[in-house]
Amino acid sequence: MFQPTKLIAAGTLAVFASTGIGLSAQSDITVAMQLEPPHLDPTSAAAGAIDSVLYSNVFEGLTRFASDGSVIAGLAESWDISGDGAVYTFKLRSGVKFHDGTSMDASDVKFSLDRARAEDSTNAQKALFSGITDVSVVDNSTVKISLDKPNGSFLFNMAWGDAVIVAPESIDGIKNNPVGTGAFTFQNWVQGDRIELSRNSDYWGDKPALENVTFKFISDPTAAFAAVMAQDVDVFTSFPAPENLPQFEADPRFQVLEGSTEGETILSTNNKMPPLDNVKVRKAIAHAIDRQAIIDGAMFGYGTPIGTHFAPHNPDYVDLTGNSNYDPELSKKLLAEAGFSEGFTTTLKLPPPSYARRGGEIIASQLRAVGIETEISNLEWAQWLEQVFRGKDYGLTIVSHTEPMDIGIYARPDYYFQYDNPEFQSLMTELNGTTDPGKRSSMLQKAQRIISNDYVNGYLFELAYTTVANAKVRGLWKNAPTQATDLTGVSWAD
Amino acid sequence: MKNGSLIFGALLSVLVIIAAGVSFVWVPFDITQLSIPDKLQTPNKVHWLGTDHFGRDILSMIMIGARTSLAVALLAVGIGFSIGVPLGLAAAARKNSLIDEVIMRTNDLIFAFPSLVIAILITALFGAGAMNAIIAIGIFNIPVFARVSRGAALSLWQKEFILAARVSGKTDFLISAEHILPNIANLLIVQGTIQFSLGILAEAGLSYVGLGTQPPIPSWGRMLADAQTMVSFAPHLAIIPGTAIIVTVLGLNLMGDGLRDVLDPRVRKSRE
Repeated sequence: MFQPTKLIAAGTLAVFASTGIGLSAQSDITVAMQLEPPHLDPTSAAAGAIDSVLYSNVFEGLTRFASDGSVIAGLAESWDISGDGAVYTFKLRSGVKFHDGTSMDASDVKFSLDRARAEDSTNAQKALFSGITDVSVVDNSTVKISLDKPNGSFLFNMAWGDAVIVAPESIDGIKNNPVGTGAFTFQNWVQGDRIELSRNSDYWGDKPALENVTFKFISDPTAAFAAVMAQDVDVFTSFPAPENLPQFEADPRFQVLEGSTEGETILSTNNKMPPLDNVKVRKAIAHAIDRQAIIDGAMFGYGTPIGTHFAPHNPDYVDLTGNSNYDPELSKKLLAEAGFSEGFTTTLKLPPPSYARRGGEIIASQLRAVGIETEISNLEWAQWLEQVFRGKDYGLTIVSHTEPMDIGIYARPDYYFQYDNPEFQSLMTELNGTTDPGKRSSMLQKAQRIISNDYVNGYLFELAYTTVANAKVRGLWKNAPTQATDLTGVSWAD
Repeated sequence: MKNGSLIFGALLSVLVIIAAGVSFVWVPFDITQLSIPDKLQTPNKVHWLGTDHFGRDILSMIMIGARTSLAVALLAVGIGFSIGVPLGLAAAARKNSLIDEVIMRTNDLIFAFPSLVIAILITALFGAGAMNAIIAIGIFNIPVFARVSRGAALSLWQKEFILAARVSGKTDFLISAEHILPNIANLLIVQGTIQFSLGILAEAGLSYVGLGTQPPIPSWGRMLADAQTMVSFAPHLAIIPGTAIIVTVLGLNLMGDGLRDVLDPRVRKSRE
């Protein structure tokens, strides 16, 4: 929706801001990232780039992720869980206003959740809402959510960027003019270049130190290096060329933050495509891979080896790397047992990031050493989504799964790696209905073991979250527990 | 020296051809085996041109890359030559006829497109790969050869020995094949050399943007693209393949120039 008054206000602000430079402490920041969001509605697209800009800055949910990945209160200041664990009653904060001036109350929560779980919903993570049977408004600041069965991860689910609270008044224009409750209001989007936010003076919580925020999108790694070196940008999140990080580290103008992500980088395998449907063949592939060579060669040392689809910094993580240690001789033996002593040929389709392109060349070389030939094709993201993710027309691919706690995707037989194991599926159903932390923990560990023993995919490494920033910037998230660039706590040191 | 550029150009070209030829039987290191611990070495006694980010020997990559470049360019020029020349000769034999119009206007149409952009379009539509790169580059060689051969053939059709051949009852096809073609061969060779160097540049360009030769087959263009983010700390990764491209293209162009001086009767006459 086009709002002339808002634009004029933004224009005036910008004029004041530009004349103010040099007089006061720095309060503007330019944050660069590689991918630009396709649109600005986090509740109707899978694109992580949307959350990278808007999560917590513009949109908030009932609960939210803190920088350490824990789930804390968001728009709900407290909640009660019924004795059977199936009814959640949220008490909302009072005085919360959307950026268009309307107040955020229980009816907005009902609207948002009903919209997300509706039959025709385009929410990319509908599974987060699938257990909800009813959302009812108790009073203006109380919402009661009933579930079909107890769900131990419900508060976690509500913290996702896909579960943020939106308003019915502004929903029609949300893709180009996102109206949320966050500490920053959306100002302007110059497609192909930048998105501008400014401080929300009516914010219900602590006011952010930053006044104006510009997100810049620089997809080319060389241009990214140049932009940081020239200090055209103050922060670059997920810096795309790990080979350049030592230079930034050595330069006193910059700081490099190395943290963890939820990104399990895996050699995704089409479990329905012969001969990859044979577990012995997949096991052979797993043993043919030298993880350390990939981490050193493709990521210049940044990354943590994994042996299953789980983040190593999670307390429930089981180190299963020994299950698929680098052993080319065993790999050849397994191939022979599976009837492929002469090897075979399959496709290896690689999306643009360097972990995939470079990792792909290394894996191709490692697989060739045991007799598996790969036909490499380099794809753009759109082609990759079309051919691999939706079309399932591939043998192998390399991709980082950046969603937090996403081991549940292995319970979806129609997911692109087409793993269909009823035992795993019932374990996940059971897990979703379990609230006891001890039981959940042992079930998660069992789940990790099942997929590791089935060699569903080649488990390579956990992506490192590398941020390059001006040495004076404080308060950036070191880790990326979810896709977000939370700037509410960021400031400039004097 | 009168033919200095021919000799110098030929020397450079032969150097590249030898490098490519030798690579079939011997390269210093096996480049299909990556050796990450040996990565990013500067030129030294073991690896004469250093190693790349995967620890592969750059000299070996350059030698096999030469093979890729030459093969792609040769096939692309071959396509242009074998389709373009007959079309040009046919157009000349039937001057101002409908055939002539159709052939030459179609040529104009293809010629009017920016070739590299269309090559990118073709490879984007039909998939990246050396074969599609060859076809894409080849298509744009067709009008070049068609124009050159038509232009040269037209003036020959006026000559008396052609008239004699016509009087003796030879068909236009035979005249084109037996009398016209040998007489324009010099021009075509010169044009071929220039197209060949353009083909090498086009292959490098397509591979640079990721649409040409696919890994693991080395290509100079992709070596440049891979080196891009490492130029600041390992400049040899970009300088070496860049130099290889320059040497090859310069060599072919100088050779083409020199050949024209020697072979083209018009140029020869004007210099005398």
